[in-house]
Amino acid sequence: MADQIYFEDVNVGDEIPKLVKNCTTQQLVMWAAGSGDMYQIHYDKDIAAGNGLPGVIVHGALKNAFLGQLLHDWIGEKGEIKKYNCQYRGMDVPTQDIICRGVITAKRQEDGKSLVDLDIWTEKADGEKTSPGKATVVLPSRG
Amino acid sequence: MTEEAIITDEMRAVIGKEAEPLIVEVDKTAIRWFARAVGHTDLVYYDEAYAKSKGHRSIICPPGFLGHAIHTPDKPTNIVGNSVKRPPAIPGLKLMRLLNGGTEFEYYGEDICAGDTLKSVSKIADLRERTGGLGRMLILTTESNFYNAEGKLVATERGTGIMY
Repeated sequence: MADQIYFEDVNVGDEIPKLVKNCTTQQLVMWAAGSGDMYQIHYDKDIAAGNGLPGVIVHGALKNAFLGQLLHDWIGEKGEIKKYNCQYRGMDVPTQDIICRGVITAKRQEDGKSLVDLDIWTEKADGEKTSPGKATVVLPSRG
Repeated sequence: MTEEAIITDEMRAVIGKEAEPLIVEVDKTAIRWFARAVGHTDLVYYDEAYAKSKGHRSIICPPGFLGHAIHTPDKPTNIVGNSVKRPPAIPGLKLMRLLNGGTEFEYYGEDICAGDTLKSVSKIADLRERTGGLGRMLILTTESNFYNAEGKLVATERGTGIMY
C-alpha cells in the first residue's frame, strides 16, 4: 500500500497510479466462484464460440472489480469509495493486458466531506477503452 | 414497415415493482475468494486481526462485493443457473441473449463486514428499447438496495442488462 493521499495533494487533471491486470483462464474460474457468476462463456470455449464469441471472455463485473481495486489502492485506508460505475463497451480476453486508469475531473465539499470525482476506465494495450465509467471518492483532509 | 414493440404494457407494469427481499450473508470465506479472484493485495480483505487493527469489525467487503444470496434448491435460478439477487421476472419476454451492459455500486459510509447479514431488495428500474449493432435490443436497468441489521441502507447496486 502506498502512503496515505490527502484531498489537498490532488488536482483536477491528475492521473492516479495505473493498475495493470492480465487474466489467466484460472483467474476467470476463480472469479466465477468468487462472484457466483457461472455463465459458461467465461470458461467454456465451445459454449463461448456457440454464442458467437472469439473464445472465452473476461467477465464485465471482474473489470468493474478491477476498477474498484484501482480506487481502493489509491485512496488508502482513510479514503472511502462513495460510488463507481463502468459500462462494458468492449470485450477483453485472457492473457491480454487490461490497464485500469483514472483521471480527476472535480474536487468539491459535500456534507463536510472532501469529495473527488474521477473518470475511470479499463483499456487495452492499443488504448481502446473497453470499460469507461465514473467514480466519486472521499479523501481525508489535512484540515 | 412497423415492427411490433418489444415492450408490452404487461412488461411495463413490472417497472418499479420490488421483488421479495432476499437474505444475503457476508462471510469471510466468500470475501477472501472474491478478493483473491480480483487480485487484491490489501490484507484488510483477508486477515481479520489486521482488519481489526485498522478499526473494522472483521474483514471488509471489497468494492463490488455484497455477499451472496442464500441458495436453497427450492428457489429459482436464472438462465445460466445462478442463484442471484434478481428483480421480478419480465412477463412475455422473448429475447433470450443477455449481455452485461454496465454496473454501478454506491456506498453510504458504513462498513460492510464478514458476519453481516444484509437484506437485499431489487427492482426493475427501467426498460427501454434501442436499435444498435445487435439489432433490436431491450435495455434493462435493475437496482438492488442492501440494508443492514438495523435497517440502514448500506449499498446500492445498479446494473444494465442488454437483451437481444
